[in-house]
Amino acid sequence: MLNYSAIIQLVKEKSKILDLGCGSGALFKMLIDKKQVTGVGIEIDENCVIEALEKGLSIIQGDLDKGLKQFPDKCFDYAILNQTLQSTNNPEYVMEEMLRVAKRSIVSFPNFAYWKVRFYLFFKGKMPKSKVLPYEWYNTPNIHLLTVNDFFEFCKKRGIKIEESIYLTRKKARSGILIRTITNFFTEEAVFVITK
Amino acid sequence: MDEKILVETKYYKIDKPIKLECGRELKNIQVAYETYGKLNEQRDNAILILHALTADAHAAYYHSHEDKKPGWWDTMIGDNKAFDTKRFFVICSNVLGGCKGTTGPSSINPDTGKEYALDFPVITVNDMVKVQKELIEHLGVKKLIVVGGSMGGMQALEWSIEYPNMVKSTIIIACTPRLTAQGIAFNAVGRNAIISDKNFNNGNYYNSEHPERGLSIARMVGHITYLCEEAMHNKFGRDFKDKPSFDFGVDFQVESYLEHQGRIFVDRFDANSYLYITKAVDYYDPARKYGSLEKAMEKTNSRFLIISFSSDWLFSTEQAKIMADALIKNNKEVSFVELKSACGHDAFLIEWEKQTKIIESFLKG
Repeated sequence: MLNYSAIIQLVKEKSKILDLGCGSGALFKMLIDKKQVTGVGIEIDENCVIEALEKGLSIIQGDLDKGLKQFPDKCFDYAILNQTLQSTNNPEYVMEEMLRVAKRSIVSFPNFAYWKVRFYLFFKGKMPKSKVLPYEWYNTPNIHLLTVNDFFEFCKKRGIKIEESIYLTRKKARSGILIRTITNFFTEEAVFVITK
Repeated sequence: MDEKILVETKYYKIDKPIKLECGRELKNIQVAYETYGKLNEQRDNAILILHALTADAHAAYYHSHEDKKPGWWDTMIGDNKAFDTKRFFVICSNVLGGCKGTTGPSSINPDTGKEYALDFPVITVNDMVKVQKELIEHLGVKKLIVVGGSMGGMQALEWSIEYPNMVKSTIIIACTPRLTAQGIAFNAVGRNAIISDKNFNNGNYYNSEHPERGLSIARMVGHITYLCEEAMHNKFGRDFKDKPSFDFGVDFQVESYLEHQGRIFVDRFDANSYLYITKAVDYYDPARKYGSLEKAMEKTNSRFLIISFSSDWLFSTEQAKIMADALIKNNKEVSFVELKSACGHDAFLIEWEKQTKIIESFLKG
């Protein structure tokens, strides 16, 4: 998984992490094995929680949309929101909360402005489907899809600082900002480190 | 299950008086307990099972081949079960104040030669745990995992707070760190039913008629709180036992169920024990004792697993989360799971399959 290795590479050793929407904890476990992190995951789905427990992870079953009230300010080195932002009910609130509880936040999402997605809609006239967007319009959990440019605008408006960015396409990862329009066009998934 | 594994309840007499939270001392305390599996050489593979309000030391296996039912948590304890006796040395003891072999109000007061009745000191969850600690030391256990549902969860929590260097892991199921006003209210109704029974006689009923009606009403109230609307609807709906009788006898299935539960309860439980133990549950509040729950949990040194059930309104998910939150704030290792269930508070005794998965995973991790 390209986005996993991108995230793992961004996280410093022995840091304390909060994995938001951690699923069955695959990334979290890799971070423990490779970067000796500690921390806790939050996941809403009962079966995923059980799978995560089996991996020996600390997991709190809960709903990100309800906030992270139990966590004090800046108590984690990193909060990670991997491929989850687009499926939250209230992305704005979730982002605010993660920025509050962690010194740095890592956000990754599928870019809806990727050229294949654009072409899919343009030529087929249907809601785009791909490897990273495998759902039908009527059953997709991705209710808040966004583009790289949307994310830039979102952060700028709220005074959120983008510390690092990694753009993933198929098997390649690029970092730094090229020409923005081109980046937005060729990026399938994006990973950002943000702070506030 | 072809072959019934047998177990015997054993008794341990504590040879020193125990100072209780109320300030009084209690001597000649006897503890009824059962064990399953074997203690390892390092003496650190013990699991202490802590029972709820009215259960006993008989948590698993059978007492005789004729027994129809095994211990109360037999679904969870045994070879290859959640609390795997191939791996763990599992212990369960009857609580202080109980009536199933451990010293309680129905025991003989050595000073008078008669039952304690209401002369028995008012005990707390902390006192129960203190007594269990004596047993654990007697058994030679150095480190242990503590597990309990409902009132058993309170004891598990208390263990983790009071003996942080002994407790490796704590599993708290369908529990709250303090009973809600609503919970206390239901217990108060139960106690009132017992105390107002014409046979109660200020607790001195051991040589005459027992306050059975009062105790059975207390149990009926209890059972309402252990279920939830959905569970009652699924079990009984508005079904009649037969047809409307146009009198005030037992008409509905739900009435019949409560009557039955009340009736069988009086044969196995002592009314005074019910008063004492519900009081201990009402009093339990580590947050009050330490200033806050966070403060109370500051010294804990164990991993925690907290499980709640979605339809449990007596010991709700919100209540369970208070514990998880306090542990998170203290930077402790904690996992929290809310299981979907339509069984109400009783779910912790019924939904063993889901609990097994979770507990196995937690104990593996």
